[in-house]
Amino acid sequence: MKKKRSLLTRLSESISGFFSHFINGDGITKASYVVMGLGCLLRKQLVRGFCYLLIQVLFIWYMLSTGINNIIGLKTLGVNAQGQVWDEVNQIYRYTKGDNSMLMLLFGVLAVFVVIGFLFIYAASVKNAYENEQLLKVNKTPSDFNADVKRMFNEKFHVTILTPPILMVFLFTLLPLVFMILIAFTNFDKNHQPPGNLFTWVGLENFSAALYNDPVKSHTFLSLFIWTLVWAVFATFLNYIFGMILAIMINKKGIRLKKFWRTIFVTTIAVPQFVSLMLMSKLLHDQGAINVLFKNLGWIEDFIPFLSDPFLAKVTVIVVNLWVGMPYTMLITSGILMNIPADLYESARIDGAGPVTQFLKITMPYMLFVTTPYLITQFIGNINNFNVIYLLSGGGPLSLNYFQAGNTDLLVTWLYKLTVNEQNYSMASTIGIIIFIICSFFTLVVFNKTSSAQKEEEFQ
Amino acid sequence: MIRSQKTRTALGNTIIHIILGIMSFIWLIPIGFLLLASFRKEAGAYTSYILPKGYTLDNYTKLFTETSLFNYPRWFLNTLFVAVVSCIVTTILVLLTAYALSRMRFRLRRPLMNFIMVLGMFPGFMSMIAVYHILKAFGLTQSLWALILVYSGGAAMGYYIAKGFFDTIPKSIDESAMLDGATKSQIFWKITLPLSKPVVIYTVLTSFIAPWVDFIFVSVIMKDNYQNYTIALGLYQMISRENIYQYFTRFCAGAVLIAIPITILFIYMQKYYVSGITGGSVKG
Repeated sequence: MKKKRSLLTRLSESISGFFSHFINGDGITKASYVVMGLGCLLRKQLVRGFCYLLIQVLFIWYMLSTGINNIIGLKTLGVNAQGQVWDEVNQIYRYTKGDNSMLMLLFGVLAVFVVIGFLFIYAASVKNAYENEQLLKVNKTPSDFNADVKRMFNEKFHVTILTPPILMVFLFTLLPLVFMILIAFTNFDKNHQPPGNLFTWVGLENFSAALYNDPVKSHTFLSLFIWTLVWAVFATFLNYIFGMILAIMINKKGIRLKKFWRTIFVTTIAVPQFVSLMLMSKLLHDQGAINVLFKNLGWIEDFIPFLSDPFLAKVTVIVVNLWVGMPYTMLITSGILMNIPADLYESARIDGAGPVTQFLKITMPYMLFVTTPYLITQFIGNINNFNVIYLLSGGGPLSLNYFQAGNTDLLVTWLYKLTVNEQNYSMASTIGIIIFIICSFFTLVVFNKTSSAQKEEEFQ
Repeated sequence: MIRSQKTRTALGNTIIHIILGIMSFIWLIPIGFLLLASFRKEAGAYTSYILPKGYTLDNYTKLFTETSLFNYPRWFLNTLFVAVVSCIVTTILVLLTAYALSRMRFRLRRPLMNFIMVLGMFPGFMSMIAVYHILKAFGLTQSLWALILVYSGGAAMGYYIAKGFFDTIPKSIDESAMLDGATKSQIFWKITLPLSKPVVIYTVLTSFIAPWVDFIFVSVIMKDNYQNYTIALGLYQMISRENIYQYFTRFCAGAVLIAIPITILFIYMQKYYVSGITGGSVKG
């Protein structure tokens, strides 16, 4: 809370500074509000001043050539669809160039970002001009270009090294994300594919459709939402507990070939998931090897519908996920388990506690205390566990009651299917935003809890 | 009394050995099946028996000789190229971000970290369609460079583990270097990096492995450009509905060939993996 306010006050300070600098500044400073970089050029910061000036010229050129149109385009997302006109002379249909809602949205968002970025640079240049004026008043010279470059590798080193990563994140994560978030408020689906058809803003229609308005979609959403949570709880906690038991068994005193056992289990997770999981789906197929094996052994008459029965498929994916996840937990918890003070167990044994009591009363509380953040990431990871579901069951068996989804589909795999198979981008984005809300809700709740837990006495 | 306790622990250990044995067997079933199928002579994904009727090496050799439909060697080189380049770019970006956020104190540090955390909570491939169109604007779709950009584009967001490691390097080392007149840049290259070998190795390996196992982004970016497929997507094509009967055993052979190096790399880096995850989690 405190952090947030300080950020806000800083923002308001720089805004009030923007105006007061104009009032207090001299002629050159005032002029740099119109011509960027003037306060640097006339005050011995040539390179810096030229950069500011260049940025301003480029910005004006960009805005006049396309930027303004791009931003205006955001309002309508295009009015003229691509059309066909009969060409009498050549006896063919010619396509007339229409608007493309998607590109208009993309470039519009980009233009907004450019404007915001420019405003920041503009504010910085004005502040710079004012500071130069103040420095000269007390007979100090503003730092020249060489000094600036040196600072980039010392005090300002973080600016230098953070610029490339952040530019990449901006271009390949933030920009696409903002674009897709906006898509959730449009009707961009199969019937509105530019350039043939245009899409437009529809407000919260997609959200209301997903949550209550559209009977099929909202039913699908609710069912998949519940299943996603059930799946995440089972997948996280079963893996956690059984993986820990596995680790305890391997690390127990008197067990031989510890390294051998560990390597076997690690090997199974080292095999790429798309290989092992797709293989699993073939093994568990109605005519797959496991059914064949059971039949040959005479254990069953008819095949077991591991992945084709709605309920059994859910059990199967959870069980197979144990196969995937237990070795991970084993790997991660081994080290922490060995850190549990041995005398805790010693005294428990003297008090007559069996292995089960020891596990429940000593191991579990200790591990839960240490690995809560790991558990949260696991839980969130399981809500978004695309690989296991998609590769194993493909979301199937399909259900006619659902909108483009199967019985074991999670919200994420539904999102994927809506995007790739259905091209229902607006619905997919809506689901994505809802998943985001769910994930951040759980993170916030648990982080608040753990931060209060951390203030308590250390364990033991 | 003592004796009975001894026999009890011995009995307990035997039971645990047996349980571990059975579990190992269950855990190894898919891998065993993969190996068997990769040497199987008869085609087909589903057989009415478990052990193959005949064994052959054809599945392996045909991967490299019959390349008209499924160009395995080409896919292998594609993946290797993407993996090497994106692993270099990713490692640089991750280390730079982690160093700045761990060692430097600046005004936007906290907001930036929170911002990255919030960004990370959106499902990753929600934005892949938009990424596709951004790449299209650059004229890069269906090329390997596009793939490299996608794999290393969000790299900075995975800075946590490296930051956790940098946090453990005592600040006093930096300070004494600074007293000797070293700049922040020199400290990073000459002091922090050489001390951070484990986390550098971890970052290199994880980013090297990613292109070998991902097929979601490749499928969105490459569409039908078979020549530029990576191994994972190519193998995935082999067991599509119309190909699975003929190519299943060859799929298994191809999978074995890439699973071996990845398994070795993973076993090699498991201790870095563990210290990365737990190191971050213990501190929260």
